[in-house]
Amino acid sequence: MIGKPSPTAPFVRKHMLPAEVPPARASGAPKWLRENLFSSWANTALTLFGLFILYLLVSHFAPWFLHGVWQADSLAQCRQIIAERWGEGASGACWAVIRARWTQFLFGFYPSQLYWRPVLAFVLMFVAIAPVLFTQLPRKMLWFTLAYPLVAIWLLWGGSIWPVAMIAVGFALGALAYRLLALRSSLLASLAAIAVPLLFWSFLTGPIDSVLTSVVPLAIQPVPSREFGGFLLAIVLGLGGIAMSLPLGIVLALGRQSDMFLIKTFSVMFIEFIRGVPLIALLFVASLLLNYFLPPGTNFDIILRVMILVTLFSAAYIAEVIRGGLAALPRGQYEAADALGLDYWKAQRLIILPQALKISIPGIVSTFIGMFKDTTLVTFVGLFEPLKSIPDTIRADFAWKGVYWEPFVFVGAIFFLFNFGMSRYSMYLERKLKRDYR
Amino acid sequence: MKKTVFFGALAAAGLTAGIASAATLDDVKARGVLNCGVNTGLVGFAAPDANGNWSGFDVALCKAVAAAVFGDPSKVKYVPTTGQTRFTALASGEVDVLVRNTTWTFSRDTDLKMDFAGVNYYDGQGFMVHKDSGITSAKELDGASVCIQTGTTTELNLADYFKANGMSYQPIAIDSNAEGEQQYIAGACDAYTTDASGLAATRAAFADPDNHIILPEIISKEPLGPAVRHGDSQWLDIVKWTLYALIAAEEYGVTSANVEELAKGTENPEVNRLLGVEGGLGAMTGLPNDWAVHAIKAGGNYGEIFAATIGESTPIGLARGLNAQWTQGGLLYAMPFR
Amino acid sequence: MTSVPDTPEPGFRLSQLIYDTRYRSLTIQVVVLFLVMAGAAWLVDNTIRNLNVLGKDFNFGFLGNRSGYDIAQHLIPYSNDSTHARAMLVGLLNTLWISFVGCITATVIGVFVGVMRLSPNWLVSRLMTAYVEVFRNIPLLLWILVAIALLTEVMPAPNAYRINPTTGEAQTSMILFDSVALTNRYTAIPSMEFLRSLGVVNTPFAPISLDVVAVLVLFAVSIWANRRFVGWANAVQAATGVRPTTWWKSLLILFAPVIVLLIALGFRLHEPTLQGFNFTGGTNVSNAFVALWAGLSLYTGAFIAEIVRAGILAVSKGQTEAAAALGMRSGRIMRLVILPQALRVIVPPLISQFLNLTKNSSLAIAVGYMDLRGTLGGITLNQTGRELECILLMMLIYLSISLVISGAMNLFNRKVRLKER
Repeated sequence: MIGKPSPTAPFVRKHMLPAEVPPARASGAPKWLRENLFSSWANTALTLFGLFILYLLVSHFAPWFLHGVWQADSLAQCRQIIAERWGEGASGACWAVIRARWTQFLFGFYPSQLYWRPVLAFVLMFVAIAPVLFTQLPRKMLWFTLAYPLVAIWLLWGGSIWPVAMIAVGFALGALAYRLLALRSSLLASLAAIAVPLLFWSFLTGPIDSVLTSVVPLAIQPVPSREFGGFLLAIVLGLGGIAMSLPLGIVLALGRQSDMFLIKTFSVMFIEFIRGVPLIALLFVASLLLNYFLPPGTNFDIILRVMILVTLFSAAYIAEVIRGGLAALPRGQYEAADALGLDYWKAQRLIILPQALKISIPGIVSTFIGMFKDTTLVTFVGLFEPLKSIPDTIRADFAWKGVYWEPFVFVGAIFFLFNFGMSRYSMYLERKLKRDYR
Repeated sequence: MKKTVFFGALAAAGLTAGIASAATLDDVKARGVLNCGVNTGLVGFAAPDANGNWSGFDVALCKAVAAAVFGDPSKVKYVPTTGQTRFTALASGEVDVLVRNTTWTFSRDTDLKMDFAGVNYYDGQGFMVHKDSGITSAKELDGASVCIQTGTTTELNLADYFKANGMSYQPIAIDSNAEGEQQYIAGACDAYTTDASGLAATRAAFADPDNHIILPEIISKEPLGPAVRHGDSQWLDIVKWTLYALIAAEEYGVTSANVEELAKGTENPEVNRLLGVEGGLGAMTGLPNDWAVHAIKAGGNYGEIFAATIGESTPIGLARGLNAQWTQGGLLYAMPFR
Repeated sequence: MTSVPDTPEPGFRLSQLIYDTRYRSLTIQVVVLFLVMAGAAWLVDNTIRNLNVLGKDFNFGFLGNRSGYDIAQHLIPYSNDSTHARAMLVGLLNTLWISFVGCITATVIGVFVGVMRLSPNWLVSRLMTAYVEVFRNIPLLLWILVAIALLTEVMPAPNAYRINPTTGEAQTSMILFDSVALTNRYTAIPSMEFLRSLGVVNTPFAPISLDVVAVLVLFAVSIWANRRFVGWANAVQAATGVRPTTWWKSLLILFAPVIVLLIALGFRLHEPTLQGFNFTGGTNVSNAFVALWAGLSLYTGAFIAEIVRAGILAVSKGQTEAAAALGMRSGRIMRLVILPQALRVIVPPLISQFLNLTKNSSLAIAVGYMDLRGTLGGITLNQTGRELECILLMMLIYLSISLVISGAMNLFNRKVRLKER
């Protein structure tokens, strides 16, 4: 019975059939197309609509891009070349203007033989940021991060190295005073840490500086801030604003979380005031009103004034970001710090802030992206930012009168690359940091 | 520079209080550079080139003042100011002198606390229209869209003019001359109005200047001149007499070419006094006696500057008109150097 | 072992102010208060001294003076004979108006794009992603400048609509049944007109058309009546299980009275016609407004799209599946299950985007739209030279707008907060 099949037994296959190729509609490109583009009537309509939009965009812009001319001395010459190559009435981009003036877009009127200085400062910036972002790097590099702002200031503005060194010495003296007194009384130490540098800067810096300058005149060619422009200006304002606003932002965030009524009230008032007013209004404060608020006769250049207001502006936003970071910390962290008997500042410094700041990094990056975009508004107080002022200056030249779209495209593309890159990186960071908390 | 930045930062922190100083000349000398407020970019009057070197009619006056003070016309820092920020820049001390197509008016002289050092260009507000619109007179502009720069006296003149003639218009507000050009060329406004000199400069820069006409009506007086802060008469004198020196130099035939030669002494006592050969005029304002020699050497006399920046041989192509010497039927009249 | 609480030592020493936690916070607050007051006094003192040096004073009297300039876009009557205060009001209304319409279009765009980004359609979701990324990462100023440049360069001049006497044809013709003309200055749209008008009440603020008031009141009454009607239908359904057909009756209740009233008042649209240089008879919406509107809506729309997407993704997938298991169709799942839950996540950041849009409307400076900054903080400031007063007043007004909007947000948050029982 088992050995050979009975004639009445149903057909039993002895060997497997080879797998059939799936139907044409259920595999490969057709399957993908069907599932992703034509799964239903509505979907098909949407796809066709999308294709139509794509067609519109491409048919309008592609010829303009493709007909671009890179070698020309003026817009008129560009148009002539385009007309020769592609026939009368053809439209085309005149990229020659970018080729001729790209340094102006990047550096404004910064002296051309000194371009290496901002470039070096820019490269060093990544070295300075690296230890903050990548914890596997040696911790010693953080010292360079601390010193970087002064290095960058010296590289960008030039001049004698001594005033910069004096500032660093002031901070060092403050830290030293704190160390020496910390064992006696933390209050006294904090006061000394603030007072010593201030006294040093107000009374000793001038004489020491003049002596040192006369003995060892270490100086590079100074560059006045007026000559800053283009993306250099945008980055200096955006980055400088964020960097300077971090300490203030932390203080404000802690103030807003404080139990003390007055401190909380003042912090909230400041933050809400800044956030409730458009940046343009604050820029006008910088250019029109700041001189009213300072002692008569005080005067410093518009870039610094704008920087002060930009710092206040971003401080309010940074404070909100850091407040989010503080709120996101599990309560246990606060309670553990209390249980260890740490006082408020120690708890903040050793336990709370390192964690809160770390989870705030993505928020800080997006604040920076916002700031970077907003630096274009300084055109309205007469600074040479890359989006409007520099193209206007270029168009003031007879050769390039009437060049509108090319600068827009060029500047827009650079902004996009910068910001898109940063936002992607901050999203990656966000995912990475989130994992730490599970 | 570095120092000012840091001390500025310290001042912002409220640590050092600046000392109010009434003597602009001392400030300028101590700083070693003249801060001159100019237009952000108006071809012929003040515009930076690709390397950030400024040139133009207004810029030449800045150079002359710097030359008079330092003997070196390059010791100028140009501070681009917009129509919005210019007066505050002057009032706050950010600039020492404002040479930016600024109309001398009563309220600016009194209420805005400025002092005008004279007139370096007699202008008037006009209109430019497309030729094919067939308009030949401003009186035909009833109902037209007019491009106008905000924050200027032209805005008020325009309102007055249309009201006085019982006409209506639609103002199209623009922020800068560059924007005005774009809008006007594209036909977004029927007429573009600003100072006639500005119109000429703008029109000269068009690809097809012949297709645009500047209407004959001049609807206002626009005496443009350098302005300084109210209350410092020494500094006012310096700017005022530098301007007069340039004008007088043209009148007496002193040019950048022959000024060195003439400064050795001439037959004409007025020229001698102007060039500091006799009279010791410079010392009276706290300047060296040969200040005018440097000022004239910087860019030439008034006529040379005019010809080189906005005159008929330049693309701007402005005729002297009212800005000719009084001896030629114009309004330029330097006070006597005595 | 019993714990012995620390008994405070009798008497009061000065060092307790710093070391005793009972007094320390008080001490700190007093010190901070003192410092803040000193700082404020320092600023005010500097300001007074600076004003003295410049020979200026601080008063708002200039607001009552004749302004002397014209404003192209005004929602309330204004001429160059009006006061600076009136000009400020015109600017404020323009700011509010652009913000209002901008918020609406940005929300529409944002919701559309946000939902479409989650669409299973590969092409559409990629397109929407591209839109969001491109608009979010490039400064708003560029979009506004591009919009105004496009409008002025691409659109025809009003002249192009003029009929050429020799050929009898115009270069361009108006769209939408000859009622709308797109030009490089403005978009001319029809204006409303009532042939048998009830009249106009002139108030010092603005003239109020009684016709519009009557239509609005009647419409409000209709909405109220419709609610009552739907309530009745619900009650019937609850009682009998059969819902009476309501849709056409609802439509009738909502719109019929208004239509009748409009016909009675002789309502019609007055189409713009080309006269002289420009279109007259209709309403001319300036390109400055359109460019700013488009820039603000598209830019903020990209941010709102992200918020909407995040809000929808925040609703757990189990909710969708549960709703599907109940036999709901996808449209209803969205409307009845997902959106109500997503809204709680969406609305707070949405309102802060509205706030941003309102503040960003001050970029009107780039296109010459006369908003609050353009009038009070621009021309008035320049013509009067009162920068201190003008800028402070302007900031105060912006601040008030922001506070009102965030107040509304807080109210909403309180209302939709999950009530945990």
